[in-house]
Amino acid sequence: MTDCILETRNLTKEFSGFTAVNGVDLKVQRGHIHALIGPNGAGKTTFFNLLTKFLTPTDGSILFKGRDITRMRPADIAHLGVIRSFQISAVFPNMTVLENVRLALQRKLGVAYQFWRSDSMLHRLNDQAMALLEDVGLGKFADNITEELAYGRKRALEIATTLALDPELMLLDEPTQGMGAEDVGMTTELIRRVSADRTILMVEHNLGVVSTLADCITVLQRGAILAEGPYETVSKNPEVIEAYMGASDVEHA
Amino acid sequence: MNKTFWIILFVLGLLAPFAVYPVLMMELLCFALFACAFNLLLGYSGLLSFGHAAFFGSAAYITGFVMTQWNFGPFSGIVAGTLFAGALGLVFGLLAIRRQGIYFAMITLALEQIVFFLSLKLPFTGGEDGLQGIPRGMLFGFIDLNQPLNMYYTVFAIFVACFWLIHRTVHSPFGQVLRAIRENEPRAISLGYNVERIKLLAFVLSATLAGTAGATKSIVFQTASLTDVSWHTSGSVILMTLLGGMGTLLGPIVGAFTVVGLEHELSGIGSWVTVIIGMIFIVCVLAFRRGIVGEIGRLWKRSF
Ligand SMILES: Nc1ncnc2c1ncn2[C@@H]1O[C@H](COP(=O)(O)OP(=O)(O)O)[C@@H](O)[C@H]1O
Ligand SMILES: [Mg+2]
Repeated sequence: MTDCILETRNLTKEFSGFTAVNGVDLKVQRGHIHALIGPNGAGKTTFFNLLTKFLTPTDGSILFKGRDITRMRPADIAHLGVIRSFQISAVFPNMTVLENVRLALQRKLGVAYQFWRSDSMLHRLNDQAMALLEDVGLGKFADNITEELAYGRKRALEIATTLALDPELMLLDEPTQGMGAEDVGMTTELIRRVSADRTILMVEHNLGVVSTLADCITVLQRGAILAEGPYETVSKNPEVIEAYMGASDVEHA
Repeated sequence: MNKTFWIILFVLGLLAPFAVYPVLMMELLCFALFACAFNLLLGYSGLLSFGHAAFFGSAAYITGFVMTQWNFGPFSGIVAGTLFAGALGLVFGLLAIRRQGIYFAMITLALEQIVFFLSLKLPFTGGEDGLQGIPRGMLFGFIDLNQPLNMYYTVFAIFVACFWLIHRTVHSPFGQVLRAIRENEPRAISLGYNVERIKLLAFVLSATLAGTAGATKSIVFQTASLTDVSWHTSGSVILMTLLGGMGTLLGPIVGAFTVVGLEHELSGIGSWVTVIIGMIFIVCVLAFRRGIVGEIGRLWKRSF
């Protein structure tokens, strides 16, 4: 199992008696785009929060490249090369678009505590930040205040900021949520492009996106795994169809 | 425009003692520095401390003590007070920084009460009287600080140096991360920043500079008293910062000048001062949420 980058064993999270994630055993293969789907409230975001240590699991363990990371702090996870995005757009609203990306690039310079130096030293990162912005089609918005961007562009900026850290494993929580069809197409293309030399685990409601992108799909329902496998298999699974019909979510496809 | 503006202020500061009573000017500068230090925490890190008088006051006591008992000169006296405040800031910070919002404020207030109690009870603090007759001494062995102008320019130099450091901190790589944390803390964490350590550093810096302000004030007035470590002083610096406009560099200076100036102007009418300042504060918070400087800045931006 050398090519398994992330593994969870019996991962469980209870919120005062309510089990949001229930004994999940998941393996993500290196280089894959792995999609996590399931009706609203299935526990997908909670699962992400467990992986990135924003929540502490009630039970079970998490292994990244064979190493137990269950007890680590969220910032340490990022240092290992696991970077997440958030379901609710996570940008720094009053900074410029360029500054958003630069803030991610800055971390690797190791100057976070240098209060005595001028921030003009960060200008050396501008070219790199610009290149990342061009990559996601935001080049001409570099100097805009982030707050003013359209929603789809904010999500693209989020991906650029995540990519700035060159993560080995990217966790994307519903990257196309709330986007118009055009932006969905662009984002799908973007994710495919950046997936070349990394692993992506993404939560996605849009089954169209999932079917074009995902190498492997895990269906979550009430906190537990309902089905797993490639799109062709999973989409024909009667239980999955049932679950999706039940949640009247099938129109998304 | 920006640079010219600061140069004008600098020149005004140089000329001030010829127009305003120097002791008042020095008091204004000490409190302005205190408010600027506080603003580094509240305005730029988003942390509300109710206990900042602990740093201001304890530095005053330490400076007073080493200058009266150990014959320290004014420079090493201020350094000692400042370092003590920084160390105390580290202790407060380690205990409080993991807490959020009102819990953070309450812990800092509780710790400040302990410092107040110690200042009252410890053998070398002079109890109710505080420390009196702290010598101003000779700066670097040859500048006699008993000369009002020498004292004034020393205070002014300290103020300018500290203000520059705050300005630099705000516009540093560290300042960028602070800003990011204030704008979206979970995102900053997910990018790998150790948010607690960053906040702790901001807290220690703020405490240290608040200490410089207190240490300087103890030399100017030649006293260190219980008022300096009391929660009234903590409240007063919050008022100055909010009134002037938190998160702006100039705001705390304007706020400190307004509050200290009003206290002087209205000192004739006794305890009503507190009531009047309280009312002004309520009006300001209700009508101009961004403080004096924040509101002017907004009008300025609008008119262009
Ligand atoms: N902090 C929390 N406290 C209590 N319940 C929570 C908390 N976070 C999530 N939940 C519950 O856990 C369930 C799963 O939520 P979530 O992980 O957000 O689902 P999804 O992302 O799949 O839509 C929901 O029923 C939600 O109400
Ligand atoms: Mg969710």
